[in-house]
Amino acid sequence: MSDNPFPLSRDDLLTAYRTMRTIREFEERLHTDFARGDIPGFVHLYAGEEASAVGIMAHLNDNDRIASTHRGHGHCIAKGVDVKAMMGEIYGKSTGSCRGKGGSMHIADIDKGMMGANGILGAGAPLACGAGLAAKYRGDGGVGISFVGDGASNQGMFLESLNLAAVWNLPVIFVVENNGYAESTSVDWAVACDSYVDRAAGFGLPGVTVDGTDFFAVYEAAGEIISRAREGGGPSMLECKMHRLFGHFEGDAQTYRAEGEVENLRANRDCLTQFADRVTEAGVITRAELNAIDGEVAKLIEQAVTEAIAAPLPTQTDLTTDVYVSY
Amino acid sequence: MARTLSMKDAINEALDQEMTRDPNVIVMGEDIVGGTGSPGEADAWGGVLGVTKGLYAKHGDRLMDTPLSESAYIGAAIGAAACGMRPVAELMFIDFMGVCLDEIFNQAAKFKYMFGGKAETPVVIRAMVGAGFRAAAQHSQMLTPVFTHIPGLKVVCPSNAYDAKGLLIQSIRDNDPVIFCEHKNLYASETDVPDESYTIPFGEANVVREGGHCTIVTYGAMVHKSMEAAKELAKDGVECEIIDLRTLSPIDMDTVLESVENTGRLVCVDEANPRCSIAADVSASVSQEAFDALKAPIQMVTAPHTPVPFSPALEDLYIPSAERIASAVRKTVSH
Repeated sequence: MSDNPFPLSRDDLLTAYRTMRTIREFEERLHTDFARGDIPGFVHLYAGEEASAVGIMAHLNDNDRIASTHRGHGHCIAKGVDVKAMMGEIYGKSTGSCRGKGGSMHIADIDKGMMGANGILGAGAPLACGAGLAAKYRGDGGVGISFVGDGASNQGMFLESLNLAAVWNLPVIFVVENNGYAESTSVDWAVACDSYVDRAAGFGLPGVTVDGTDFFAVYEAAGEIISRAREGGGPSMLECKMHRLFGHFEGDAQTYRAEGEVENLRANRDCLTQFADRVTEAGVITRAELNAIDGEVAKLIEQAVTEAIAAPLPTQTDLTTDVYVSY
Repeated sequence: MARTLSMKDAINEALDQEMTRDPNVIVMGEDIVGGTGSPGEADAWGGVLGVTKGLYAKHGDRLMDTPLSESAYIGAAIGAAACGMRPVAELMFIDFMGVCLDEIFNQAAKFKYMFGGKAETPVVIRAMVGAGFRAAAQHSQMLTPVFTHIPGLKVVCPSNAYDAKGLLIQSIRDNDPVIFCEHKNLYASETDVPDESYTIPFGEANVVREGGHCTIVTYGAMVHKSMEAAKELAKDGVECEIIDLRTLSPIDMDTVLESVENTGRLVCVDEANPRCSIAADVSASVSQEAFDALKAPIQMVTAPHTPVPFSPALEDLYIPSAERIASAVRKTVSH
């Protein structure tokens, strides 16, 4: 083995790869199972965007809170939410993270600092400000992270949150996961400014744009702004330019994309391939080690699906629990 | 020891006592301190009508002025609540819910259920409600039914200083999001209020007047209008039983049904617009649960189904009056 040129230990690199691979396998499997008609409801897949969630979450602990998006599976897995409980939830089973009451768009695990995927675009930004406020008030060094896509970056809730976080000097990071499309609409058309760094500056926040398919670029930029927030340096914006490998939702025919666009992304802009190439070419990790992880992850996801299918459905009693009043 | 206190001061005292008791209680809102960052005095306003005046001097930065940015700070209060704080956020006027409703009804109200019981959101949103201030269509509404429609929210609307203090303390200690509606016309109204801390449980209506001829169910400022009507009616030998609901979610239908079983007559008085109002809701429940006890059709006295008008001449017509309540009672009694 060569000297490690990366800012993470070998073990941490292996963990990062395992987490990214878990997200990918989870999403690829959902894609297949959804097409077969096994999954109820709306599903938005994170495949292709793994480097962002994992590169950012590598700096966080359970005391740090994240507010996620409708495309939240990757954030959940990277934040440590149990994969089997997630699968159970997406299948609508009583063993799910939310006992089958939330579904794909509302997976949460407060103990892990995961304040919920969110079906309302931009709604997580004020919540992350609240997490940052609580952390600042307690002086526990925690941070709040708000994830939005390029689409929700136009929401009033998000823009107001930038100002509030700056005015209150909150330890909050606003991550814009720019995958180029707000549903079917191009970011180039729907976002009036050319750069999110400029938009952040307009609110008095430092901003940085990184290649969101490059795990190490995300890791490095996130590390710096998260440390600054922890030390009282206030909020920042991080734009991760990235690509989604599937549609806005499962079932999206993606006719708004260019011919061959996704094939090209898979061949040339896949964050997992890039990560694997980097660490193996540097001689820090072998292909065999990565292959072994791939096998273990595939087994885990297979188990998660098997258990989710076998798990009991929620019943009549569950309909009226976890809320204060039955009318 | 009880002394006479205005509803405004009773609310101030409830906040003060809860902030002293629990370090997780923080208070935020537009101008609730007033003057932050301005060259003049600190605590310049203490809220737009002075409800939080003086708290900054005692509790300092636990009271936070916010930008005029309801979506962000109401959402932040909700986020902080999900992280173990007990924020009290002032929305100033309930009419401003339009610019932050998502955070209230899609986030706070749903967290507990949607996350399978694994989240608590102990946030209180205080807001002024009601007409009578000549404040026109966007600063005068009684929007309680908007919130009672939403599962997961608790909705409180006190009619007097004593209830306001006990219900606000209960709201702060409650683990669900509470919309605490303060009728601006009642801020100056006084009752005896104990100086020690106390709570009033949710879902317990208050029978503020006993009588055997007709039940009046109401809340907020309409309790006083109903009392006025009852006084007039008593001169003619008609005795009204007046029920102050105090909390609209949860709602104490047991007390209402018990009273209707006794009187056989019901008038629902609500300052809100009539369609899908609290009055309509109580009427529906009573016709479902106590149809056999009714000796006459239920009457509703509400605002008309219009926005709140500005001109004092029109606003006085808009707000349900003691005369209209008395007339509805007479109608049902003479049926």
